[in-house]
Amino acid sequence: MSGPASQLPGPPGGHSPANRPSPTQHRAHLVAAGLLALSWLAAAPEASAAGPTATVQIENFTFTPAQLSIEAGTTVTWINHDDIPHLVAASDKAFRSPPLDTDESFSFTFSTPGTFDYFCALHPRMTGTIQVTAKAK
Amino acid sequence: MSTSDQTRPLLDDDGIDRRGFLKCMNWAGTGILWTLAGGLPQGIGLDRALAADATPLPFTFLQISDSHVGFDKPANPNALATLQEAIDRIKALPVKPAFMIHTGDISHLSKASEFDNADKLIGESGMQVFYVPGEHDLLDEQQGKAYLDRYGKGSKGAGWYSFDRDGVHFVGLVNVAGLTAGGLGKLGPEQLAWLKSDLAGLSASTPVVVFAHIPLWSIYPEWGWGTDDGAEALSNLKRFGSVTVLNGHIHQVMQKVEGNVTFHTARSTAFPQPAPGTAPAPGPMKVPAGDLGKYLGVATVDFVRGSQPLAIVDRPLAG
Repeated sequence: MSGPASQLPGPPGGHSPANRPSPTQHRAHLVAAGLLALSWLAAAPEASAAGPTATVQIENFTFTPAQLSIEAGTTVTWINHDDIPHLVAASDKAFRSPPLDTDESFSFTFSTPGTFDYFCALHPRMTGTIQVTAKAK
Repeated sequence: MSTSDQTRPLLDDDGIDRRGFLKCMNWAGTGILWTLAGGLPQGIGLDRALAADATPLPFTFLQISDSHVGFDKPANPNALATLQEAIDRIKALPVKPAFMIHTGDISHLSKASEFDNADKLIGESGMQVFYVPGEHDLLDEQQGKAYLDRYGKGSKGAGWYSFDRDGVHFVGLVNVAGLTAGGLGKLGPEQLAWLKSDLAGLSASTPVVVFAHIPLWSIYPEWGWGTDDGAEALSNLKRFGSVTVLNGHIHQVMQKVEGNVTFHTARSTAFPQPAPGTAPAPGPMKVPAGDLGKYLGVATVDFVRGSQPLAIVDRPLAG
């Protein structure tokens, strides 16, 4: 593969939004989900909803992080950095992205706790899991 | 391409420094001229087939693969132009093949415009074309309806079918539909049952050509280059004296012979991919400017009744 990762790959952990607010900021948003919608949107253009967010990078035919733990209500955004399309599909069909070409992204908000396995419907060896925990009071 | 090149088990695993091989890598894209000689297939590159006008073969068909119309990334900013180049080469063949098979990934994103452009260009060949889908052809919202509406007439299930031509039985299989997490290519029980019954009435001396997008043999499972239930499909073919398995997907030529079964993968007409394990992941591989044509191509297959194998000629687009 010829340098599909030339654009910003974002933080490797993917737990932080791509424009990387500090962990403190992230936590604050988790707590104040919804209340800080405007400032959050300004800070994280990828976010499609006014809640906490997390990002999964797709690069070199790999989801990173492959295992992600989030609170219910979190919106997860997958961003494809490869120069081949990928397609994010839940194993239980709870969600399915359109084909994501280079630099395209897909977001899904996980509203209920549980374990959500997903894979790339084009390259099914690519797998990942989203662990959704109950929302903190 | 020399005769000895044809029998190499691994034709271009690195695609670069095989002595004597660059000479035959004159085609970028997928084009293999397949000749069935005495039931065994031989592939020859389009270059050689272009030069082979002195010895017309009784029955020749052509394989094209992985056009990825719509692809515009750095590895090939214009996949339509390289497909055009392939079609122009095909039109210039001294002996017109009987028909063409396309082993999938016609389009890059299953867009109607991509299929339209592919159809228009491939139609210029004036040849009948038998398609099977690649995973890139099933990306419409209804996951394959667009493909079936366009190419699936007379097919079963996700688009599989068989036909007979000049005493050869051809089977087009679909191993890219309904893929499941963690797996490789998949045929599924319904298609396997159909295959078994499709082959049941044939005599063991009937030459069989099976084509599908993802390799039916395990090339490199780490990159998904194999089919989970491919071995089961092949078990139905054991009794036949001549079986040829033609695939695409990996965008490079690989060949092996196992008993009476010859396996072959074709080049893409759009972009090359790295040899197995030589990169962190599969995907479009950028090659030095001007070299792309060496990595793309088509193939022709000649069938000659007698005691020889099918002749498969891989033809790079440039070299």
